[in-house]
Amino acid sequence: MADTEATTTPHPLLPSLPDLGGPRQPLLTVRGLSRHFALKSAAWFGAGGRAVVRAVDGIDFDILKRETLGVVGESGCGKSTTARLLMQLIEPDQGELVFDGQTVGSRSLPLREYRRQVQMVFQDSYASLNPRMTIEDSIAFGPRVHGLPARAATTRARDLLARVGLEPARFAGRYPHELSGGQRQRVNIARALALEPRLLILDEAVSALDKSVEAQVLNLLQDLQREFDLTYLFISHDLDVVRYISDRVLVMYLGQLIEIGSAQRLFDQPLHPYTQALLQSRPSTDPNHRTESAPLAGDPPNPVNPPSGCRFHTRCAQAQAVCSARMPTLVEHGNGSRVACLAYEPDTGYRANGSGLIMKEPIHG
Amino acid sequence: MLVTSPDAAAAATPPDAAYVRSRGHAANVVRKLLRNPIAMGAAAVILLLIVVAVAAPWLTPADPFETSMFHRLSPIGTPGSPLGTDELGRDLLSRLMLGGRLSLFMGIVPVLLAFFIASALGILAGYAGGLTNSAIMRTIDVLYAFPSVLLAIALSGALGAGIVNALTSLTVVFIPQIARVAESVTTQVRRSDYVDAARASGASPFAIVRVHVLGNVIGPIFVYATSLISVSMILASGLSFLGLGVTPPQPEWGLMLNTLRTAIYVQPALAALPGVLIFITSIAFNLFSDGLRAAMEVK
Amino acid sequence: MLTFVIRRVLYTVPIMLGVSFLCFMLVHIAPGDPLVSILPPDASAELQKQLMTLYGFDRSLPVQFGSWIWRALHGDLGTSIATGRPVAHEVARAVGNTVMLAAAATVIGFVLGGLFGFVAGYRRHTWIDRAASLVSVVGVSVPHYWLGMVLVIIFSAKLGWLPATGAGPDGSDAWVWDYAHMQFLILPAVTMSFIPMGIIARTVRALVADTLAQEFVVGLRARGLSEYAIFRHVVKNCAPTALAVMGLQLGYLLGGSILIETVFSWPGTGFLLNAAIFQRDLPLLQGTILVLAAFFVGLNLLVDIVQGILDPRIERS
Repeated sequence: MADTEATTTPHPLLPSLPDLGGPRQPLLTVRGLSRHFALKSAAWFGAGGRAVVRAVDGIDFDILKRETLGVVGESGCGKSTTARLLMQLIEPDQGELVFDGQTVGSRSLPLREYRRQVQMVFQDSYASLNPRMTIEDSIAFGPRVHGLPARAATTRARDLLARVGLEPARFAGRYPHELSGGQRQRVNIARALALEPRLLILDEAVSALDKSVEAQVLNLLQDLQREFDLTYLFISHDLDVVRYISDRVLVMYLGQLIEIGSAQRLFDQPLHPYTQALLQSRPSTDPNHRTESAPLAGDPPNPVNPPSGCRFHTRCAQAQAVCSARMPTLVEHGNGSRVACLAYEPDTGYRANGSGLIMKEPIHG
Repeated sequence: MLVTSPDAAAAATPPDAAYVRSRGHAANVVRKLLRNPIAMGAAAVILLLIVVAVAAPWLTPADPFETSMFHRLSPIGTPGSPLGTDELGRDLLSRLMLGGRLSLFMGIVPVLLAFFIASALGILAGYAGGLTNSAIMRTIDVLYAFPSVLLAIALSGALGAGIVNALTSLTVVFIPQIARVAESVTTQVRRSDYVDAARASGASPFAIVRVHVLGNVIGPIFVYATSLISVSMILASGLSFLGLGVTPPQPEWGLMLNTLRTAIYVQPALAALPGVLIFITSIAFNLFSDGLRAAMEVK
Repeated sequence: MLTFVIRRVLYTVPIMLGVSFLCFMLVHIAPGDPLVSILPPDASAELQKQLMTLYGFDRSLPVQFGSWIWRALHGDLGTSIATGRPVAHEVARAVGNTVMLAAAATVIGFVLGGLFGFVAGYRRHTWIDRAASLVSVVGVSVPHYWLGMVLVIIFSAKLGWLPATGAGPDGSDAWVWDYAHMQFLILPAVTMSFIPMGIIARTVRALVADTLAQEFVVGLRARGLSEYAIFRHVVKNCAPTALAVMGLQLGYLLGGSILIETVFSWPGTGFLLNAAIFQRDLPLLQGTILVLAAFFVGLNLLVDIVQGILDPRIERS
């Protein structure tokens, strides 16, 4: 990154962040991340044992440098909790984060330094901005916290506004309620970039926007990624958007990772039954192949009491008896893909049919 | 890294004068308030009362302390004493003007003191959460378990008469109420995404409270506190009425109500006069406070 | 539900402990030697030493507090300096009168305030609404002891319809529910009712207006529900909060009745407090305040529980 840095800059910057591990080193390594929430009200005298929501239950994955990693899943699968755990906004119960080879929270990478390198854009564009602060003050807050003098921070804020497509002279002195949703989200992106992070977590960042605005913001994100050498973790429930923007995709279900793979592979040839059903749930736009029935029945089960064994087996069309007894592990499936399903795990007692679970017909939509 | 060349930088950053700066929240509140006739009327009354109270020693037509047994309880309209004289022959108008000083003082100061102390406690409890919150708020709950009149009287009764004692007990009465509001508002703000974003940028809790939390909570707390001023006035004058608080011969509206009680049958209008002033002041503060709350409502 | 009730009751215990501690400390925050506040002014040194051991002031603070609580739980609240009679006895006599007064005031305030508020909520922005706002502001702003004086001036001094002070015709000690006695209740109760009236009017008005504005009411009307049915619906929605406010106001009046009782010489706990303050009778002050505070805490507890039962939306942690 030091090679591509601009030669002249008219204002002082924050100290630049070196690329320590080199291009092969994953930017962020997540191992065994867990977070459970205890429910308060369910304690009955004598019944004992408090109910626990296993929001994130032991996930492992890597985020590679300069990639866009998409995360999909239904409501309650733990995507947002994962994002907040990565940001250290919530404390994990277990697990380890290694950023560019250094353990987060260790002496070589204290939390404050980590926070300069990872930033987040939230879903609710209005709630993420202090209603009493002007746009430029909101953006300048981060740099000022890290030592940039006020004047320089304001100039930087204005530069960023220009970069995300908002004319500084018109917008810098405005308050959040004076902007539209799309404009606010651009501000949030500018604010996230103010600290020159290397990893940007986008938690449903475009979900609340109108489609046309969404497209603009997505294009902006792609431009910014190229320009600033960013890595993205893109969380969304909108499958089409994830497909458009992601290099690789993660699928989560009830707090667990159930499939990982390249975006192209995952969307064309989904391995896990849940992924297949999810992709088939999108209403078809091809009049010759109409979606007759919903492939995924019912609501996601209660995260407080997950089903035994494979958590998806209650809704799985290919479930067998062994699925309720045994929890599948995430196994390699070639080409960087991994899937957690007994059908792909040898010697588990799952009787697979000859062609495996790969769909006979390609997914339409 | 952010800007590709000095020329682009110059083009992207117009001179300061070109920057539009929107009206801040405070300015908006003031504007809305100015457009509210009731609130403005109330504000005018309050201003008038304060001015008269402050300037009283120079404005009083007669000596508020000069007694005259000969002219006791003269009715309203007596030449030389337009509002009559009290039970010791002192000119009532002058005593009412001077009495306003203490009455207003006892109305505003306890609330002001409680505002600062309780805001600090409430914001600390609200932001810190957990054990700190429990410790502070449970202690406050004990005070809150008393009806405010009772608490004021209990403390004043134990401490004895006197202005300082009354101020102390009134401040203690208002602290729990304001602290509760402060804690509640701070907890709400604490949960918002922008505070999370501020945490995510690595700021210390102190910086976050100073920059993000304070601006958003002070408003509602302040509005609530202003609604307590009239209560404080009534409580303070009530204490004087009972013989706590202000002691004779200091003029204070509540005290005057007490001493004039004997005149109910002889000069009823006279006896009611100090209460009229308490009533007017109280209404004015309440209407202003209501107007302030309405002006602060987020669109 | 049961856990909620139990938990709420248990929570009251530390509160009452704190409240008792405050009452206990009243004697100790008073300026001077606590003994001075207990003793008659002309006591001999010998008597002082005796009383010192009797009251236990020579023991440590926690021990004193413990024994004070212990005695209080057994109904012994000390002895009044002024009258020499047990405090508990004095308070018991007076409490009934205060409860009667406060209850009457609350009922009047609730009925009138509720009526005003309800009508105002239904007819927003009409003259009734403005009148209700006026009543609210007046109710909250008026110094009620002054109002009492004014009412006495009008109805006693000028018109002679109602008696000015006391709780019964001369010499009568017991309360009888006949007009001869009730006429003494009218002025003080009406005076006191202004406080809850203002607050209840404002609360009910806001509640009714909010409920009517909610979308589900529009939906009900669209389905052809009669106005009467909607009215019942609104009442059901507003009832829990309105009752809660009423309960709280009752508690507030119980504790805050001292001023009115002073004006009207009503022989209740407020009057007792007044005497205690005037005579620096600290045991009486302590005991009365403890009882009144306990009433208030108990009332709060009741209100919370009832509200929790009536309103299924309330989540308790």
